[in-house]
Amino acid sequence: MLFRHATLIAALTTLAMPFSAHADQVQVAVAANFTAPMKVIAAEFEKATGHKAELSFGATGKFYAQIKNGAPFDVLLAADDETPAKMEKEGLAVPGSRMTYAIGALVLWSAKPGFVDDKGAILKTGDFAHLAIAAPKLAPYGAAAIETLDKLGLLATLEPKFVTGESIGQTYQFINTGNAELGFVALSQVYANGKLTSGSAWFVPADFHKPIRQDAVILSKAKDNAAAIVLLKFLKTKQARDVIKSYGYTL
Amino acid sequence: MSFDNPDLVAVWLTVRLAALTTLILLVISTPIALWLARTRSWWKGPVGALVAMPIVLPPTVIGFYLLVAMGPNGPIGHFTESLGLGLLPFTFWGLVIASVFYSLPFVLQPIQNAFEAISERHIESAATLRASPLDTFFSVVMPLAKPGYLTAMVMGFAHTVGEFGVVLMIGGNIPDKTRVVSVQIYDHVDALEYAQAHSLAAGMVIFSFVVLLVLYTLNPTGRRK
Repeated sequence: MLFRHATLIAALTTLAMPFSAHADQVQVAVAANFTAPMKVIAAEFEKATGHKAELSFGATGKFYAQIKNGAPFDVLLAADDETPAKMEKEGLAVPGSRMTYAIGALVLWSAKPGFVDDKGAILKTGDFAHLAIAAPKLAPYGAAAIETLDKLGLLATLEPKFVTGESIGQTYQFINTGNAELGFVALSQVYANGKLTSGSAWFVPADFHKPIRQDAVILSKAKDNAAAIVLLKFLKTKQARDVIKSYGYTL
Repeated sequence: MSFDNPDLVAVWLTVRLAALTTLILLVISTPIALWLARTRSWWKGPVGALVAMPIVLPPTVIGFYLLVAMGPNGPIGHFTESLGLGLLPFTFWGLVIASVFYSLPFVLQPIQNAFEAISERHIESAATLRASPLDTFFSVVMPLAKPGYLTAMVMGFAHTVGEFGVVLMIGGNIPDKTRVVSVQIYDHVDALEYAQAHSLAAGMVIFSFVVLLVLYTLNPTGRRK
């Protein structure tokens, strides 16, 4: 009986242990549009500094709600500049830690080659069943898509064709599987090494919507986390900026 | 029916989806359950395992494969397009088909259990009274399996109402087509609209309790065998 209890306790202890406990580790909440470049940067960051960045990807609005409710993130790489500013004001982020790490570009993309023309005229023909966008309340790229359609005067006409992804990542997935013929995503999702990776696209001119200024911020719980501070510094290095630019962001 | 309040739209959509799914499942499950309950074939094991898989599979797996299979490059997508029906994701019928997969075991298993509990003697007596197999089924088997059907209906309906992951992955969040209550709650929470999230979420808690209470009151386990 005693032996059985000991076994049970040993099993529970083993199962309850985390897989790895890294001393200089930083938990980063990353806006979905920055997924691809951040994976590259995190690898280089680890190589250069010995710190490890653990990445979670999702919609900025969702991260805001989670952090407000105690999510254990150290750094937020947002898809906008409003959320980090709001968090600083609400005491959720370290004052003065805010910095713009990238300026995003919006693209109207289809997985089918030749489907989207380089002027976006297809939007006026309306010759498609579904137009995918990211939830405008949660994802800044979704809000930028709405602004763009509004500027084109097509918002009311096209709204019935919207399918909404909860993040820009899910929006990409709807288009990539062909279930939505086209949609608005972040350029970084379909662009690498200076060219489109697949399909066809209209590069939405930057003056069609408010600039998608993407800010990073250190969260209050990490104010003494050295790795978090080093990560934000690392994002400003030429090495990191070259990666960011290669995915179509401006700086 | 149409409402102005988006929460009520979501509620009505969810009710329609769950009711339709349950009806379809009752029809599909009856022959499968009958076969599973009576067969001595080697196939009983593999078929039983196959239809029970939605219990074990993460909804993300079901959602992901349905999205790919129903897409223009998938087998279901090819089939529906060749019939001129278009593609199923982002449509109400796409959700119905996904829910039929997702809730199948919850309807099938209670019916199968009910069939299995009916003794051969009942069926043999019906046969000696010269009842045809079809007649036996409708006048002997079905009435004896009534508690099983009640459980199947309630579980099928409730489980479809509780569906979330699959809908999130293939729904596209369209009001009055694919934005069901669970997705609406998720959206409210994400947008920090906690008051609206509360009213729907509390409604779901009450609904679940009432449904199970009705089920256990009408159909206490162990009384009718």
